[in-house]
Amino acid sequence: MSETAFYLLAIPTVLAASGVLLLRNPVHCALSLVVALFLIAGSYVALDAHLIAALQIIVYTGAVMVLFLFVIMLLNLQPDPDEGAHVLAKLGAGAAALGFAVIVGAIVGEWFETAPPPAVLAADFGTTRGVARTLFRDHLTAFELTSVLLLVAVVGAVVLAKRDRV
Amino acid sequence: MEAHGSQLAVEQVVTTVAYLRWIPLLPFLGMLFHASVGARAGRKAVNAVACGVLFGAFALALRAFADLGAGVTSVVDPVYRWIDAGGLTVDATLVVDPLSALMCLVVTAVGFLIHVYSTGYMADEPDHARYFAYLNLFTASMLVLVLADSLPLMFVGWEGVGLCSYLLIGFWYKDSAKADAGKKAFVANRVGDAAFIVGMAALFWATAAAGDGTLRFEDLNHAAASLPAGVALAAALLLFVGATGKSAQIPLFVWLPDAMAGPTPVSALIHAATMVTAGIYMVARLNGLYVAAPQALQVVATIGALTAFGAASVGLVQNDIKKVLAYSTVSQLGYMFLALGVGAFGSAVFHVMTHAFFKALLFLGAGSVIHGLHDEQDIRKMGGLRTKMPITWATFLAGTLAIAGVPGLAGFFSKDEILALTFASGSYVLWAFAVATAAMTAFYMTRLLVLTFLGEFRGDHHKLDHAHESPVSMTGPLVVLAVLSVVGGYLGVPAVLGGSNVLGHFLEPVVGHPAAHLAHSTELVLMGVSIGAAFAGIGVAWLIYGRSPRADEGFSAKARGLYDLLTNAYYVDRAYDRAFVDGSVRAGDLLWKRVDVGVIDALANATAASFRALGGAWRGWAGGNVQGYALSLFVGVVLVLIAVWAGAAS
Amino acid sequence: MATAEHFVFLSALLFAIGAAGVVIRRSVIVMFMSIELMLNAANLTFVAFAQRLGNVDGQAVVFFVMTVAAAEAAVGLAIFLALFRNRQTLNADEIGLLEG
Repeated sequence: MSETAFYLLAIPTVLAASGVLLLRNPVHCALSLVVALFLIAGSYVALDAHLIAALQIIVYTGAVMVLFLFVIMLLNLQPDPDEGAHVLAKLGAGAAALGFAVIVGAIVGEWFETAPPPAVLAADFGTTRGVARTLFRDHLTAFELTSVLLLVAVVGAVVLAKRDRV
Repeated sequence: MEAHGSQLAVEQVVTTVAYLRWIPLLPFLGMLFHASVGARAGRKAVNAVACGVLFGAFALALRAFADLGAGVTSVVDPVYRWIDAGGLTVDATLVVDPLSALMCLVVTAVGFLIHVYSTGYMADEPDHARYFAYLNLFTASMLVLVLADSLPLMFVGWEGVGLCSYLLIGFWYKDSAKADAGKKAFVANRVGDAAFIVGMAALFWATAAAGDGTLRFEDLNHAAASLPAGVALAAALLLFVGATGKSAQIPLFVWLPDAMAGPTPVSALIHAATMVTAGIYMVARLNGLYVAAPQALQVVATIGALTAFGAASVGLVQNDIKKVLAYSTVSQLGYMFLALGVGAFGSAVFHVMTHAFFKALLFLGAGSVIHGLHDEQDIRKMGGLRTKMPITWATFLAGTLAIAGVPGLAGFFSKDEILALTFASGSYVLWAFAVATAAMTAFYMTRLLVLTFLGEFRGDHHKLDHAHESPVSMTGPLVVLAVLSVVGGYLGVPAVLGGSNVLGHFLEPVVGHPAAHLAHSTELVLMGVSIGAAFAGIGVAWLIYGRSPRADEGFSAKARGLYDLLTNAYYVDRAYDRAFVDGSVRAGDLLWKRVDVGVIDALANATAASFRALGGAWRGWAGGNVQGYALSLFVGVVLVLIAVWAGAAS
Repeated sequence: MATAEHFVFLSALLFAIGAAGVVIRRSVIVMFMSIELMLNAANLTFVAFAQRLGNVDGQAVVFFVMTVAAAEAAVGLAIFLALFRNRQTLNADEIGLLEG
């Protein structure tokens, strides 16, 4: 995709992410995160990961974030009156974040300079068929284990969220 | 002051033995016994061991004395090589020559008698074993002091007796006044000891510069003449300062009157017969050095005479039986230093011996009185004890006559010799002081005798009813010492009276003989003067106090100023307090508040506080603050990335 | 031409923002959301490299990550519910039991 298109996608993503960081009301944060996740799904599409993009929208924004919003509204969470991390911590975090981004950027940039040219993609790269083939062939065990994990998570969540009286 | 007979001319015949070490070792073992199992072993065992080791030491001293006859100049026991450091080599060697033999015999004999006396005097004392442990340790130290062949070894004994003096003066330490007296003695001694050490160092340095560095008495005496005059004088004076501390002369005498806080046998042994004579012994031992520094001898003589006179004047007005004797001791020690100062080393030692006899006798007699009257020490509350305590009375009388210088008794011969030689050396002023002192001595001793034993009893009649003569363990030594006080002088009968001065000749190989000579007629005249002074003192005191025992009250009323001056010993204590003690206390206070609390404690507290602050700050980071952890993690990751990237880039 | 490189930069930035959020925010829910953001940034990296290298395994990984993240979200939110019932607050400062 063209660079302009990229920036049109990337900049709102960053802004939405920053919203999560900066907004006070948890509901606003959650909504901001939803927007960010949508835009990331857009990035996935740009990167020929169509199945993943779809899953991102269905699972992440559609299920996980909805769950978040449910909980926030269930608990009736109020906006934080005083977002009071220590100033020093804020500065430190900011500096670290910035530093991290820069460094990774530098490292990655270097790698890309000497990297082999972009590979030629298979025809069904990123399609359901393509991903499924890899998934069920090379990563079958992991797949099955993941389903067990989901079961465990369900049970755990139910147990944890129950009230004490039986 | 003229030269005295040279010892160098005598050929040295030395016998080497191995038994001398047991002379101090026996009392030391006694101390170990008392210190470890004494309390459990019981009084009889402690008494037996304490007196037994002393008797053993005396027997060995006799043997050494016997070995000294037959042309032997000295008996030596090289125990072991003590110090071997660079240029300084010191052997722990014990030597018996005429001088140390005499001192050794006096120390062991009088020491033995006093130990026996103590078994009676301290019979009811709960800390019985501790007392004898200290007493034995003292004797051991004194014997080391006397038998040493070098300054460092003598110093070991010197310090040892100082320590035991402190322990014994403050024996009843629960009474803070008594404990303070012990402290005072130790501090005063310490000042002297500091000078002693510097003097020792000076001598070593000087002899090392001139050839072989040495601290042996024999070598020092030989080398003294060739040392630079300034060094010899300085060393002699410094060592003498040490002697003034140990032997209670001006300026360091202040501890001795206070030392009467200790048990009376302690006063007898340490502060009359032995320890205080250590200073005199030391000067006599180093006579070669002192002869090489004549100005030092002048200082010694002057200090001695002034101390003798001053102390005697203070003794005139004291009301505590022991204080009178204490000042008397200081005064008599002054006599001995006067003798040393005019070059009459042998006479000084002679007086040491006779003084040991009669002063120990007087102190033990005083102890007997105190014991019999159940701890009464004020002579204004005594009187008429002659009938109640006849043996004590008789022996005390003998001692008084001896110290007053009544002809025929020991004190007469030794004191007279000193007076004659002082006159002969040309120091007429000092001689006059000495004669005046003799008169005062006779006076105050007679006063003491009269007020204590004669006339009517002036105290609490309840005490009089209970007064009794002391047991044999106490009166026995009194009798022995009385006999010695009478006959002891016959060892030094001067030629003018037909005698041969046995003692003087005996000591000559070590201390030489004074060069001064008197015509016989002059000597007889001088003798008459001193006898006159003695009888004058006795007579006047008898007349005054025999008739009106309370005469002092009249005196103090008529001459208030003078009387107070004497009673307070010329206010020397107060002057020292103001000059040194107050300043030290204030300095100590300052150091405590400003430095110790303000600086050192503050520093320690600041360290603690800083750690606490650090911990507090740390806590914020390492507390349960999970986000803090996360931040740290994150920062760490970034740093690692930087490192990796920088590594990869280079 | 926007290459995978650009997307990796983007994901680094998103990751950083997410990390900052974890450290700074006091509300536990928002902290959790920041973690989700970080996870997504990681996912984006995987996908970008999968495209660059022509290897679908990257996308398979993302599949798994999403699954696990969903499970984790479920359990985590259940914990938050229990926590809120217990402490009446979801402020990290107040619910800290590990007193510092």
